[in-house]
Amino acid sequence: MTTITDQPKSQFRLSMLLYDTRYRSATIQVIAMLAFMLLAAWLISNTAQNLAALGKPIDFGFFGERSGYDINQRLLEYTSNDSHLRASFIGLLNTLVVAVLGCATATVIGIFVGVLRLSNNWLVAKVMTVYVEMFRNVPVLLWIVFTMAILIETLPSPSAFRGETPEASMNLFGSVAVTNRGIYVPEPLFSRGLGNIHLFGDSSLRFDVSLDLIAILVVLGASIWAAIAVRRRADRIQEATGTRPTTWYLTLGLIVIPTLILLVVLGFYLGLPELKGFNFSGGTHLRNSLIALWLALSLYTAAFIAEIVRAGILAISHGQTEAASALGLRSNRIMSLVILPQALRVIVPPLISQYLNLTKNSSLAIAVGYMDITGTLGGITLNQTGRELECILLLMLIYLIISLSISAVMNWYNESVKLKER
Amino acid sequence: MSGVHAHTVAYVRDTMLDQKEPPSTSVGAIGWARQNLFSGWFNTILTIIVLGLVAFVLGNILPWIFSPTWNAASLSECREILAAAGSVSDHGTSGACWGVINERWVQLLFGFYPSHLYWRPILALVLLCVALAPILFASSVPAKLIYFSALYPFIFPWLLWGGTVWGPLAALAGVVIGYVVYSVLSERVNALLGLIVGVAAALIWWFVLSGYVVDGLSSILPIGLETVESRNFGGFMLSITIGVVAIACSLPLGIVLALGRQSDLMIVKYLCVGFIEFIRGVPLITLLFVASTLLNIFMPPGTNFDIILRVMIMATLFSSAYMAEVIRGGLAALPKGQYEGADSLGLDYWQAQRLVIMPQALKISIPGIVSTFIGMFKDTTLVSIIGLLDPLGLSNAIRADANWNGIVWELYGFIALLFFVICFAMSRYSMYLERRLRTDRR
Repeated sequence: MTTITDQPKSQFRLSMLLYDTRYRSATIQVIAMLAFMLLAAWLISNTAQNLAALGKPIDFGFFGERSGYDINQRLLEYTSNDSHLRASFIGLLNTLVVAVLGCATATVIGIFVGVLRLSNNWLVAKVMTVYVEMFRNVPVLLWIVFTMAILIETLPSPSAFRGETPEASMNLFGSVAVTNRGIYVPEPLFSRGLGNIHLFGDSSLRFDVSLDLIAILVVLGASIWAAIAVRRRADRIQEATGTRPTTWYLTLGLIVIPTLILLVVLGFYLGLPELKGFNFSGGTHLRNSLIALWLALSLYTAAFIAEIVRAGILAISHGQTEAASALGLRSNRIMSLVILPQALRVIVPPLISQYLNLTKNSSLAIAVGYMDITGTLGGITLNQTGRELECILLLMLIYLIISLSISAVMNWYNESVKLKER
Repeated sequence: MSGVHAHTVAYVRDTMLDQKEPPSTSVGAIGWARQNLFSGWFNTILTIIVLGLVAFVLGNILPWIFSPTWNAASLSECREILAAAGSVSDHGTSGACWGVINERWVQLLFGFYPSHLYWRPILALVLLCVALAPILFASSVPAKLIYFSALYPFIFPWLLWGGTVWGPLAALAGVVIGYVVYSVLSERVNALLGLIVGVAAALIWWFVLSGYVVDGLSSILPIGLETVESRNFGGFMLSITIGVVAIACSLPLGIVLALGRQSDLMIVKYLCVGFIEFIRGVPLITLLFVASTLLNIFMPPGTNFDIILRVMIMATLFSSAYMAEVIRGGLAALPKGQYEGADSLGLDYWQAQRLVIMPQALKISIPGIVSTFIGMFKDTTLVSIIGLLDPLGLSNAIRADANWNGIVWELYGFIALLFFVICFAMSRYSMYLERRLRTDRR
């Protein structure tokens, strides 16, 4: 009797690399890896050769040199004597400012328009459709330069505010001046202010933080926390007894009074813009470039957000609304307690990518001369130093970091509102 | 029974009454308006406010649009015409100056393309429509036309840039060589080996051999079109060229990337993920900066290839990453049973993809694909920032002309209108396609 005591020895043959599914995937991966490494090596060696020929080895030393250009719209102090690193830092802050402002405005307008598109008022729905289609089908760059042109061409020049009978006058009780050189708004000032903290000493990343602002934020945060505690207590009482105590005056007082007291203590007053000579002085000057970029990006992105919101609301079946009204909820409670929490799950993921798009589109600031990170690091610094490789790679890296952080934060939020399946 | 009724009921109706007309306030225009515009006090107020706004906007814009300045030769002449017509406001003359569009619309469409060669881009556009027809309207066009669509990528650059006819023919020959090598080897030996060797053969032909062959053939038989330099490209022709190339190349590339990202092969997967996330994380403008300044540094010393080609490469890479994510969404939305069903039929990976997975996944992702197309086409305006003369770049050039210094709205309006028409048409087409391909509810 012959039995096979051990398995036939599986001999490895070279052809098995192609025919045997166990090895074929490894073959493909090795080839892919080799091709990728060859490509990378080819690119790097080309770059090295070209840079050697140009006499420009990779060197980030130019960041310490004097920048020599001005940035007119900025959050922190900066002069043309500062370094390129400082200029890039100011540019980065400008990018973040316009991205944050734009995302906030676009969300508000987008939700508003998206809800109104579903309105049973035919005229309103059609007007909103026209708005959405108009903005979605025309390039954002065109909207940006178009908005800039509107600001420059149609608004009155500062000289129109002068004279006995000025052609233009300031808005909001003489506190805001809308001119073709930008908008002057009152700035908050403190006569007994606490001063600033200087972070990072004299380095290029030095950063002044206003203690007044911190104090206000701390007090406001504490008030809101107290207001939430009051609401929780009201919830508990309602659950125990069935009647909800009236708390709105308590909440209002908790939020308003401490902040007001702090503002009085700090000696808060508004620095109003005034016409001096040919231009306005005082107040905060929002330049046309910032306003054009902000407005155009918000309106453009809002058109996309409106569609997302509309789709999100339509995705909730009508039975939900009917069930909620059968429970006796009023229509605004139906919206806030039943429809929106469910629609949010549909809305949030595409909303993340719209925020990312807005942030990336803010790089078009270069078309209207707003000095964001593309305009400083990828624009003037690049042209002055001739370090295109370092500048552009760094620029891409910064945008990549911003994008990844936004999507990380928003994904975390998405996780928290997602349906918990059990 | 009936006797009882006869006594107690005085009158019994034995015929149906005719239906009454509904009240006049709930039918026709009045009824519609009551239902859709004036239902309740809130809607009434809203309607009145919006009507006022619309009337205000139209009242300001319409007189501006209908201004008799079509034949003016300069901005000052426009102002004279408008002043003579009596439409003067406090800011000067109020009315559009359409003379600039009349004079420059050709330039806005073609840039600085030689005017005696305008037939070439026009023919290319017409042929593009012919080549797209079997793809876009598959049901109503003869199926044989698809062969023309396959040839079109070689005709298109030849028509636009001109040059010897042997160039595109040699490029076509590369595809044929690659395919022949692939089919011979995959029959005799193995499909994977055939694929690798076929691609390698085509690459060798394109980059090494074809140059000599083209030079030789064009010195023997110099057939060709007049060459047009890239810097003469401009206007909508440039936008459409970049857009069409980026769109056409990004779809297959996007499919490959999406499959790579979904694949079980770890290294392939991470390479694809890295590429997609990197491209999606940076703005297009930085990629265009790479095209305009860095790409020459990455290439072997002495290479200096065309700026439009460089922009096309970066635009293709950019939109392929977005396309990959859209298609990945379609793949993820397919029920797992489809994959398992394909497996149980004994189909291999590529057969399953080609016959079962991709047709459904692509169908699901049509809206996303089309909106990526629209986004790419709109993004072609960004090339004006790196100095190419797309419509926006040309509008600055036109404004630099002394005759038209100060023109703003007319140019922007014209450009916006053209973009709007094309993009709006694309989005309507995607809706049509969605309806036609819908198989679930008949």
